[in-house]
Amino acid sequence: MSVLVVVECAEGEVKKSSLEVATYGAKVAAMLGTTATAVAVGEAKAENLAKLGEQGITKVLYDAEPRLKDFVNNAYTKLIATAAGQEGAKVIILANSNIGAAVGSRLSVRLKASLATNVVELPKIDGSNFMVRRGAFSGKAFAEVSLGGDCKIIAVKKNSLEAQHDAGKTAEVVAFVAQLTDADFADAPQQVVMQDQAGGILLPEADRVVSGGRGMKGPENWHLIEDLAKALHAATACSKPVSDVDWRPHHEHVGQTGITVSPNLYIACGISGAIQHLAGVNSSKVIVVINKDPEAPFFKAADYGIVGDVFDVLPKLTAAVKALG
Amino acid sequence: MKFLVCISNVPDTTTKIAFTPDNKEFNKAGVQFVINPWDEYALTRAIELKEAAGSGTVTVLNVGQADTEPNIRKALAIGADDAIRVDAVPQDAYFVAEQIAAIAKEGAYDVILMGKESIDYNGFQVHGMVGEMLGIPTIAPAQKLDMAGNTATLEREIEGGKEIVQVNTPFVASCQQPMCEPRIPNMRGIMTARTKPLKVVPAVGEPARTTVAEFALPPKKQGVKLIDAENAGELIHLLRSEAKVI
Ligand SMILES: Cc1cc2nc3c(=O)[nH]c(=O)nc-3n(C[C@H](O)[C@H](O)[C@H](O)COP(=O)(O)OP(=O)(O)OC[C@H]3O[C@@H](n4cnc5c(N)ncnc54)[C@H](O)[C@@H]3O)c2cc1C
Repeated sequence: MSVLVVVECAEGEVKKSSLEVATYGAKVAAMLGTTATAVAVGEAKAENLAKLGEQGITKVLYDAEPRLKDFVNNAYTKLIATAAGQEGAKVIILANSNIGAAVGSRLSVRLKASLATNVVELPKIDGSNFMVRRGAFSGKAFAEVSLGGDCKIIAVKKNSLEAQHDAGKTAEVVAFVAQLTDADFADAPQQVVMQDQAGGILLPEADRVVSGGRGMKGPENWHLIEDLAKALHAATACSKPVSDVDWRPHHEHVGQTGITVSPNLYIACGISGAIQHLAGVNSSKVIVVINKDPEAPFFKAADYGIVGDVFDVLPKLTAAVKALG
Repeated sequence: MKFLVCISNVPDTTTKIAFTPDNKEFNKAGVQFVINPWDEYALTRAIELKEAAGSGTVTVLNVGQADTEPNIRKALAIGADDAIRVDAVPQDAYFVAEQIAAIAKEGAYDVILMGKESIDYNGFQVHGMVGEMLGIPTIAPAQKLDMAGNTATLEREIEGGKEIVQVNTPFVASCQQPMCEPRIPNMRGIMTARTKPLKVVPAVGEPARTTVAEFALPPKKQGVKLIDAENAGELIHLLRSEAKVI
């Protein structure tokens, strides 16, 4: 009975969030006195999969079927269910991503498993009692959830724990054939369109985010946000009204009705801090607010703040980061 | 085309979250409940597609107790034709999915829409479960949905991009912006909603698989440390030496 970890890959690399998931899985395996096996999805490369040993994975199952490069819900579900069957896995760990959570919900029905998404901590296991802590109420609270049944599936929120790196340890990469058929790829995408990401950093995966609100006055001023983001190796984001008026694309909109981010550092520039915006960012580790209004509600949710004009402050910050070298 | 739109009843987005003294339940006192904002995209898009086709029906479905009926009536006022309420406490995603799947099957619905998640439970689970229970595809989260006959073309958001997916009915999709501009009820809608059919049915299926043992609020922030704008570069040093995030 091993723990099965689903690792997402893109362009040959294991995604950073999946390194966290692998670490989580290895820790759960240690709690249960067993080992953690990974199954790779997406465009993987065997040599990078072997490096999952650093996160505590002992074995990686890899099906080289080329159509698995893009997300296909049915095919991924069957692949993982087959791997779980082969490994006798009773605990399955995925990333709480648009892929992981979507597959997790199908798997839970297929495997008659209980499911918790948006999980933010390692489980508490006491005999048959299996508890996880998950985010609820759009980041405004947590719920301690007890997972029933024989099989459990956990989708781990990004940045909930740090990926472990035991240099030199390798995992055995094992060819795996899930016997996928054309029917399993019936809901395959016709086309996949990737966005141009600022500096190649995906917002949902980013460790640092620089975000702009209406206080930025217009899209022509966004170079100030982009310059700081570039210097910090950060992704860029925005508030809802900014994407509503098309100053920025919709996929940058964070908040209750946008995407939720939990980076180590979130820098809010000219954003008032409405409750719906905070819902998408308040699990960030460190929040910095730059706003000319000392009464802006965002300061109440911030760790560091500068009361000042973004047009004056942002260039200073960028210069200071560059000076760090 | 028969659309089934699943709506949940959630605390208004501005609600200050609080729990009962034993931390076992959400404290509803003084809280205004609304249609889950993501579900509004599903509802409006279904109505738009029905109007564009010139035929079809939109049924709204809610798993909840009688106190959710004002929001079901609101959905009828926005333009749904009829409604079904499964009279039960929505215990967990699995339990809710079972109810939806049973009704979708019995009513032979072609398109099953809902929001990508509820803003209270944030599960992102129900749509996938319903699709699996019915053995049909789920597209989640969908930011665009068009129909031509029995074929739907959807845009699915993925981390860093989007996929264009084509499926035939029946299918499940979970909706998010910018799919459409959610409608609000008008006076005529509110009048006609009163007489539209709302059927109440009992719950079916197995019990929930997960239970919430306790809720907790996040730890309070220490309070903000302010840095003088004149000396803004100091912030960067603090982020490195004190917060250790750069
Ligand atoms: C159902 C619902 C869902 C919503 N979902 C979201 C969501 O997901 N995400 C989201 O962001 N919003 C959401 N909103 C909107 C939210 O309520 C706020 O309206 C929005 O977040 C405000 O955006 P903002 O802070 O950019 O703009 P504003 O509130 O206009 O704030 C601009 C800020 O910039 C400051 N400023 C102006 N000029 C300068 C300057 N030169 N230098 C420094 N500071 C300056 C001002 O002091 C002000 O605080 C939602 C609302 C509803 C009702």
